[in-house]
This record gives sequence, structure tokens and C-alpha cells, in this order.
Amino acid sequence: METIEPVLAGHPFLQGLEARHLEELAQCASRANFEAGQFLCRAEEEARQFYLINHGRVAVEIFSARRGPVTIQALTAGDVLGWLGFLKPYHWHFDARALDLTRVISLDVPCLLGRCEANHELGYELLKRYAHYLAVQFRVTKLQLMDLYGT
Amino acid sequence: MIPSPLVVQKVRRETADTYTLDLTRPGGGAADFAFAPGQFNMLYAFGVGEVPISISGDPARPEILTHTVRDVGRVSRAVCRLKKGEVLGVRGPYGAPWPVAEAPGNDVIIVAGGLGLAPLRPAVYHLLRERPAYGNIELIYGARTPEDLLYRQELERWRGRFDFRVHVTVDSAATDWRGNVGVVTKLIGRARFDPPSTTALVCGPGVMMRFTVLELLGHGLQPEQIFVSMERNMKCGIGLCGHCQWGPFFICKDGPVFRFDRIKDWFDRREV
Amino acid sequence: MTSPALAVGAAALVAAADLPRLFEALAGRGYRLVGPTLRRGELVYDDLATVADLPVGWTDVQDGGAFRLKPREDRALFGYGVGQQSWKQFLFPPRQELWQARREGQGFKIIPATEEVPRFAFIGARSCDLHAMEVQDRVFLRGQHVDPTYKARREAAFMVAVNCGGHSCGTCFCVSMGTGPKATFGFDLALTEVLEGGAHYLVTEIGSRRGAEVLAQVPHGPAGREELEAAARVVDRTAASMGRTLDPAGIKELLYRNYEHPRWEEVAGRCLTCGNCTSVCPTCFCHTLEDATDVTGSEAARRRRMDVCFTVDFSYIHGGSIRAGERSRYRQWLTHKLATWLDQFGCLGCIGCGRCITWCPVAIDITAEVRAIRESESLKEKPDGNH
Repeated sequence: METIEPVLAGHPFLQGLEARHLEELAQCASRANFEAGQFLCRAEEEARQFYLINHGRVAVEIFSARRGPVTIQALTAGDVLGWLGFLKPYHWHFDARALDLTRVISLDVPCLLGRCEANHELGYELLKRYAHYLAVQFRVTKLQLMDLYGT
Repeated sequence: MIPSPLVVQKVRRETADTYTLDLTRPGGGAADFAFAPGQFNMLYAFGVGEVPISISGDPARPEILTHTVRDVGRVSRAVCRLKKGEVLGVRGPYGAPWPVAEAPGNDVIIVAGGLGLAPLRPAVYHLLRERPAYGNIELIYGARTPEDLLYRQELERWRGRFDFRVHVTVDSAATDWRGNVGVVTKLIGRARFDPPSTTALVCGPGVMMRFTVLELLGHGLQPEQIFVSMERNMKCGIGLCGHCQWGPFFICKDGPVFRFDRIKDWFDRREV
Repeated sequence: MTSPALAVGAAALVAAADLPRLFEALAGRGYRLVGPTLRRGELVYDDLATVADLPVGWTDVQDGGAFRLKPREDRALFGYGVGQQSWKQFLFPPRQELWQARREGQGFKIIPATEEVPRFAFIGARSCDLHAMEVQDRVFLRGQHVDPTYKARREAAFMVAVNCGGHSCGTCFCVSMGTGPKATFGFDLALTEVLEGGAHYLVTEIGSRRGAEVLAQVPHGPAGREELEAAARVVDRTAASMGRTLDPAGIKELLYRNYEHPRWEEVAGRCLTCGNCTSVCPTCFCHTLEDATDVTGSEAARRRRMDVCFTVDFSYIHGGSIRAGERSRYRQWLTHKLATWLDQFGCLGCIGCGRCITWCPVAIDITAEVRAIRESESLKEKPDGNH
């Protein structure tokens, strides 16, 4: 069976990570597939996975009693889904549903955090990428909140 | 300054508050209205007033003059309420066009937000008609929800073409929407273009254009490769009344389409 | 046929007592004479039937937010400066109907307005006024679109200029702007009024063939060296009595650099955004178009009227006003006059007449605002001894 490191290395989120760090990450990684309609996560569930999406499409949804599920973001190959919660307990806040067959690498968050604690160099590399991801999310969310196209 | 009367041939409801009108000459004659993509007309609703509206039809079919109008004020409401057979006044075309004639050989990336697709549609028609002359053509179009998208059937047809990539995104959607959800800027990263030989055409609300331009610059485009269409209050449309001043520019005659390097000193200034 | 002495560029002498003959000559040629006159105690521009309609023997005292008329010791014909009006009201009417429309079936028919072009003779335009007209020519005549009303009226107008007579308004600053006080172009005849040692005459410069033809109908004599020197002294005295100065050197760059200067906020605290400055300014051209119908809804009209960039409505676009704050509206006006105008029309939009200073109800002074911004820069540039 093919090892998981090359797949990790090929994902934009982990771009430029050194081989030794990829090796460590591989210890927390597993492959997962979701059929169209299957949920990658549900709001309120404990958030134990950090997904690197390699193929397919995922709708991130909020459920509203009046409007039903509303899609607020669509993810595709190259995107990530998840939280690195450093304080317990961590929960998903959205539903995420596969729209097509979706292939991901699932990183186990407790495992990941344990590795980061033990190896700060790896931790720093991951945090840099995560901070950038959060900053982009923040900017994009602000723009969506603005109702950009209204006026 | 005297409007010509044109007759409404057809009205299509695009969204809850936006309509597309096809106009011809009285008596059913061809509109015979030559224009360049990106230009606008002053539309006159009898007794109510005039409003600048970009031309959204096909420049190669001057027999029909097409405008897409959003009901946002007294005059635009009166225009939106016109029925087949009724008459409105038209004068124009005015303003600087999209530089489609100067872009052959280049990849063309078109970024539209909301109603901003209307002034870009003539450019799309032109590019598709002259398709072999251009490299990749990418349309990135963002709207609030799927219900706010203009020209939905046409977007579907365009999506079906193998030589034109169309990326549509909305801020939020019901679960029957299978397209993108997110801001337009994110889709720029998915477009295929070769930065040194790319022309970008951008039209949409101010904030959307600001972030789009930043993103395009971030992807290696130079300011002189980016074109934006600006909007201001206009009364005369011919550079005399002073209303559409934007710093040293009159949007009506120096624009509405500007090459970004020529306006970049003014683009981020406020209340100009 | 004019005599050789009446060549363009030459000067002749006209006795003050013969000025009525100039009025008659112009009226005889079908001109409608307009010029300074007193109406209900105010200095305005209006129709002149005779020389007696001029504010003969009056002068003015002007300062920021203040205009007073007072009698002179003498019977000077043009011994006052400029009032709140300017000639633009004649060349570009502040209100004008452009066309009417009538419903016909599902459509309508447009009937353009027609006017018999009034042939004005402007009596007493000052050098700054001539510069203002030249500025508006660039707006209305030399762009891609020409305004037909302005063009017809401007081309028909006969210009009798007057060089300011040994007295400046107090608020004007034409010397620093290079726009006066002596008229150097744009006139058919230019008068310099001399009142010295009992003599009272007008040194009359000929600016055009048309001017020479009119002057030929007026009793005149040669202007000798003594009279020409006396006229030159009048202009020199005016130049020496300027109430204000504005340094136009590098002004566009100065204002573009200081687009976010705190002074804009400071002046916004005083500005009432009343728009008086735009109304009295001889170069301000912004206008709007208005549509209306009669009560039956079957007849409509399009009218044009002067507009004011100080209103919130001026920049209104669906969703709100672009220039919502007073600060940005004052900044728009001043930077338009002194900076963006250069990019738009290749000249400044200010000709130094001082009307905006005199007629501002809170005495905001364009020269002081520019100076404040300029001086704040030179303060910044001063070396700091502590480093």
C-alpha cells in the first residue's frame, strides 16, 4: 500500500513541510472517503478530526429552524476543514456534507496536538499554516457579512 | 441632449428587483444602436427623469438595444415597470469601453459582482465571438444568493462550453445549490491564466472591486493589466454637469472603465 | 472703414462724458447692455439703459463675510469692485428649460426648446471675469461635448472690459493668481478710468476689429504718453492694494499630498455647507437636470439649473451619498478649484476674484485655508534641534 506521506506533502496546507515533520504527521493521519450526502461532521459533535480535502466537494452548512440548512461555504480539493482546539472540549459548529464523492486525509486532533506539544518545531510549522488559514477565513467571512453585492 | 424614443420589445425578470429590457425603434424597426462593450446610455422615463444604465446586450447585434436595470430609485423603478410596447427615451452611448479590442492573444479574466455582470456581458459576447483570438477566458461571478444571479440560463449555456470557464459563487445558498459558496476573491486562485499576458476586467460594488484588485495584484498581475468600471451619480452623461467627478476624473467621459494604474492613487481614497 | 489709429492693440482716449455714446453705439447695433448697477441697495449685474444706471460715485468695502457700499468723494464711473453676481448668469442661465415632451399613444414626442440668442454687451467685466469666462470656455466649448446655449451666447457677446480702478475689493487676489488686474485678452474694448486733477477720461484699448468698429462711432482722440502713463498708474495702484494672496506654485501636488489633512476637519467645523461660494463663483459650472410633468401627466419638461456640490444630494447614488461629511464636501470644492481642475481642464478653477470670501457667511477664506495647509508642511520640514 502507498504510504500516506506523499499525499500529505501534496496538499497545499502542508506545502513546504520537511520530510521528518510529514513522517510524524503521518502517524496521526488516515484516509477517509465520503459518499455524496454523507456528513464529514455535525455541529455539536466533538471535533476530533482535521480534514485535508483531496478530492470532491463539501458544503459547510448552518441549520436554521426557519430556513433549514443554509450553505455558507463550499470546499473543494486543496481546502481544509476543522479546528485545532488547544483548550478542551472542542466541538464542530457547522455541519459539513459531501456533495460528491469526497476523499480526505483525516488528521486526529488529539494525536496532532500531542505531537505539537512534544515537538515545538513541528508545532510552530503547523501553527503558522493554521494562523494563515484562520486569517483568510476571517477576511472572507467579513466580506460575506458585508452583503457585498447589495450596493 | 435630446433622448431618442425606443420601444420596449421584451421584458425579462432576472431577479426580485432586476429586469432586462430589449428595445427597438418605434414601428418595430431595428434599434440600430452601435456601441462598444462597457458603454452606457442615459435612459429617460417620461416625466420622471434620467438614469445612467450600462448596455448589457450584444455589440454585434445593434438591432436590439438591451439594458438590465435594478429597481433602486424613482427613475429606475419607472423603467423597470415599463411593459412591452411602451416607450422610453435613450441617449448615448457614452463612456470608455472595456479594452477587449486590445486584448487579443491574452488570457482574459472577468470578475463580476452582483449587477456588475450586466456591463460585462457585452464583453463576454465579444470575446466568445472572437474566441480564437484569445487565450483562456475565465468568468468569475459572485452574487448574494442563487436567486440574485443574473442571466442564469445563459450562465448555464456558457458553463457548457469547453472553451470558456465559468465560476459562479454565492454568499449563502439553500442546499439545492450545487455551486460554489464563498467570496469571489477565493475563486481567482482557481482561474487559469498566465499573469504576464492576462487582461482582467472587474465590475461590481466598491468593496468587492477593492478586494478583487488586491487579489489579482497578489496573483502577479500588473496594475496596467487590470480594468475596473466605476459608478457615480450622473446627470448629463457628457462631462458637463460635474456630478460624476471623482478626483480629477469625470466617470461619464473618462470612464466608466478605467485602467487601474491610472486611478490607483484615487481608488482607495474615501468620500472623493 | 476704421482709421489707422483704431487698430487692434492700439489705445484711444474717450472723455468720460462721451461714454453714453458708446452705450448708444452698442445699443444701435442690437446689443443688450448689461453691467453693474444698484438694485435695492445691492451691486448687481443687470440691464443698463444709460450710463446713469451704473453705480456712479459709489465704492465698496469688502472683507471676509462682509460687503458694504459707500459713496465716493468723486463721480467715478467704475470706482467699485465686483459684487456677488458674475457674468456666468448671462452665458449659462441658472435656470433653463431644455425641452418639453408630450405623450402620444404609448410613446411620447420631444419638442426641443428654442431661444433667440440674446446678444449681450457686457459693460465692465474685470480681468478676473475675463479669465473666468476663458475657464468656462474650456468646460463648455473645448471638451468632447459643446453646450449650445453657452456657445451661442458667448460668441454673440460684446465685451467692454474695465481695468480695476486703483482699488481692489479687499478680498481679491488676482495679482498672485496671474489673472489681473489689467485685462490682457478676451475683450473687444478695455477701459481704464482716469480721474486726475479735474480730468476724467477713459483710456480705451482695442481688442478686436469689432471693438474698433464700435469705437469709431464714439468721439475719441489719440491717447498720449501722459494719459497712457496715468492709466498704467491706475493699474499699478490696484495691483499694490490687493487684499489677499494665494501662492499657486505646486498647488495641485500640495493638495493631493494633503488629501487627509486635519485642516479639512477644522474648516468643516466652520463651514455651513450653504453653497454661497459656488453660487457667487464665476467658474463654478455644476448643474443638474430636472424632470417634471404637468398635473395631467401628459406634458413633461426637462429643465437645467445650477447645482451646488455642498449638498448631500449632489453625490447621492442608490444607497447613500459619496460625500456624506462636510469635510469631504468642502475638500471637494476647494481641491476642485485648485487641483483637480488642472487635470480636468489644464488650468486652475480659481481666478482670484475673492467673491467666495466676501460672500461666505462665516468668512471662510480660500487663501487662508491653502496657506494653513502649506504652512503645516513647512513646519514639518523645519529641522528639529533635539536630534
